[in-house]
Amino acid sequence: MTQKSLSFTEAIRMALFDSLKDDESVRVFGLGVADPKAVFGTTTGLVAEFGSDRVFDIPLSENSITGAAVGMAMAGLRPVMIHQRADFTFTSAEQIINQAAKTFFTSGGKFPIPLVIRMIVGRGWGQGPTHAQSPHALYASVPGLKVVMPATPEDGYSMLYNAIRDPNPVIFIEHRWSHQVQSTFSKDVRDFPLTKGQVLRSGTDLTLAALSFGVLEALKVAAILEEFGISTEVVNLRSVSPLDEDLIIKSARKTGNVAFIDTAPIQNGIFGQLSALLNEKLWGGLRRAPLGLGPMYLPVPSSPYLASQVYLAIENMVSKILGHLERPFDSSNLGQLVEGKYPKKSPLGDQPDVGLVGPF
Amino acid sequence: MTDMNAINELIEERESLALTEQSKLYAQMSFVREVEELIAEKYSEQIFRCPVHLSVGQEAIAIGVCSELNVADKVMSTHRSHAHYLAKGGDLYAMFCELMGKAAGCCLGRGGSMHLIDKAQGFYGSIPIVGSSLPIAMGIALAEKQAKSNNIVVAFVGDAAVETGQFHESLNFISLMNLPILIVLENNGYSTYAPIKDRQSKDRDLSATAKGFGIPYFSANGDEIDSVSKLTKKSLALVRSSQPVLIEFSTFRRYEHCGPSFDDELGYRPESEIKAYFHRDPLGKFTEALISEPNFNKVSVAIQNIVRSYVVQVFERAIKAPQGDAKLTESDAILL
Repeated sequence: MTQKSLSFTEAIRMALFDSLKDDESVRVFGLGVADPKAVFGTTTGLVAEFGSDRVFDIPLSENSITGAAVGMAMAGLRPVMIHQRADFTFTSAEQIINQAAKTFFTSGGKFPIPLVIRMIVGRGWGQGPTHAQSPHALYASVPGLKVVMPATPEDGYSMLYNAIRDPNPVIFIEHRWSHQVQSTFSKDVRDFPLTKGQVLRSGTDLTLAALSFGVLEALKVAAILEEFGISTEVVNLRSVSPLDEDLIIKSARKTGNVAFIDTAPIQNGIFGQLSALLNEKLWGGLRRAPLGLGPMYLPVPSSPYLASQVYLAIENMVSKILGHLERPFDSSNLGQLVEGKYPKKSPLGDQPDVGLVGPF
Repeated sequence: MTDMNAINELIEERESLALTEQSKLYAQMSFVREVEELIAEKYSEQIFRCPVHLSVGQEAIAIGVCSELNVADKVMSTHRSHAHYLAKGGDLYAMFCELMGKAAGCCLGRGGSMHLIDKAQGFYGSIPIVGSSLPIAMGIALAEKQAKSNNIVVAFVGDAAVETGQFHESLNFISLMNLPILIVLENNGYSTYAPIKDRQSKDRDLSATAKGFGIPYFSANGDEIDSVSKLTKKSLALVRSSQPVLIEFSTFRRYEHCGPSFDDELGYRPESEIKAYFHRDPLGKFTEALISEPNFNKVSVAIQNIVRSYVVQVFERAIKAPQGDAKLTESDAILL
C-alpha cells in the first residue's frame, strides 16, 4: 500500500470510513456529524458514502442519545457517538456511568456493549472553563469502561479502528491540538493492541510518560533535555484504563526517574494512579519521587493572558524537570533555546503550534 | 417452556379443563400476584437479599400489554419490574435465584430485583434509574427498524419519568425517527411517597405533551385487563407500522414503594384511596367480570391451586439452589 502523509484529522476520518466499510453494524452519530464542518473534518463525506441510516446528526439530547446508543449496542449494532467537546459528555454521565459501563456486568455477560464515545478536548483561543476539560481520570474511575487517548495520527487511526471493534464501551478522548499533526504510516498500525503503550523515543536517564497532546509536548521536552545531556525515554501511554503497567515499570526500572505530562490537572488525576503503581511495583527502585506536570488545578479561564498561566509551556516543563533532577542550568537561556528549536507560531500561546510535524 | 405455559398445561392436564383466552389471562395475573405475595410473605425471613418493588395492584397492565406481544418483541422496564418480567415470559426460578443473590440468578446475582433480564424471552432489562430505560428502548427500536425486523419495543415507565429530561428528549427522537415503540406509562399516582399533585402542575396535560411531539396518546383504566388489552391491540397496530404511541394507564400500588409491607399507617395516601383499592384490585375486578362464565368457579379454584403449588415449588427449588461458585474477577466488567 502506498503511504502518504496524513493529518490526525484525516486518520480519524479514515478509521471511521474503514470501520463503516468493514462492518455493516457500525453506526456513527453525534452533533455536527452531518453538518458542513463535519466535526472538524473528521466525518467529511461519510453520510454521502454510507447513507443517513448509518451516519447521522442527532437532536441536542446527548443523555438520551447515549441511552439509545446503549440500546443499539444491546441490539447488536456498533455505535460510535461523537462529542465535539469532552465537556458535553457530562450531560450523558447517567447513561455512560450507570448504563453503558454496567450492562455487560449486570446482564451476567449476556449484553456486551460495543460502544465508542469519541470526544475532543479543547484548548486555547478562549475555550474557557467548559470547553477545555479532559475527563479521562473521571471516566477511568468507573469499572466497565475502557479509556484511551491517542496522541499521533497513527494512534488516531489504529486506536479508533480498534476501539470500534472492541466489545466494550470505550471512552475515546482526542485533543484538538493533535488534529493538525501530520504523519506517514501504513494501515498495519492497527495490528498494535488498543490498550498497550508505546516507547516513542528510547532513553536511559528519565522516563517521560504522557497522554494525548502531552506526548507531543513530551517529544519536544525530550529534545531540549538532550541539549542538557539528559537521555529521555518518551512513553506514549495511549490507554488510561487499563494502564500498560508493564511498560511503565520496565522503563522506570531502566531509567530510575519518572516524570508524567497530563492534559488535566495533576491533582486527583492519573498521576496519583501512576505513583501508586510505582510505589507498589517498584518501591525503593527509583532515584527520586516521580514528578507530575499538568495544568493548574483550576477551571481554565478564557483569556489567553490567564490561560497561559494555567498551562505549562515547554520551557516550564523542562525547567521543572531539570530542577527535579537537580541539574544546575542557566534559566535565562532556556526560553531562547526552546524558541530556537521550536519557534512559537502563536505569541500568546493560545493556538496549536502547527510547526510540530511528524513522523513520530 | 415458560412458567406460564407450564402452568396452563398443568391446569389443562391435571384438572382436565380447557382454558379460554380469558382464563389464561386470569391464570397469568394470579401467577404474578402469587409470586409477589410469596416474596412479601417470606421477606422477613431474609431469604431475598435485595430491595424489592412489588407489583401487586398493577398486574393487569403488565399482563394485558405483554400478552399482546411476540417473543421477539422487546421490553424494557423499571425498578418495579417483576410483573413485566414474568408477563414477558421471564423465568421464575432465575428471578427467585436473582433475588436471593445466587449464581443461578438471571443476572448471576449481579443485578438483583432491579435489574431483571431474560434475553431469550425478549425482556431486555430493568433500569432502576427513573427516566433512563426509555432512551435504551429507543436505541433497540432503532436497531429493529433498521434491520426491518417487524419487532417492536415496549418501554414501561412510571408517572415520575414524565418529570425527567430524558423522557422529553426521547419523545422527540422517537417521533423524529418514527421508531416502532410503545411507551406504556403506569400512573400509580406516587413517586415513592410524593403524590403527583406535589410534583406536576394540575394543568399539565400529558396528552398535549405527546401530541406536541407528534405522538398519539391514549389512556385507559389500568385496573381492567380488558381495557388494557383493547387499548394495547389498537396501539400496537399503529406501532407495528412505525407509528410510536404513548399510552397511560391509571393504577394503584398496593404495597409500600419498596419492601414487603403495607404502609397505609404513614398517611401519605388518603384513606379513601386505600379503601377504593379494594374495589379496583385488578384481580378482583377480573374475577367479577368472569364470574358469570360457566365453569368459572371450578376454573378459578383450579388456577389458584395449581399456581400456588407451582410458585411454592419453584421457590423451594431456588432455596435449595447452591449459593454458587461464581468467583468474581476484575475482568468481569470488561470483555477481554
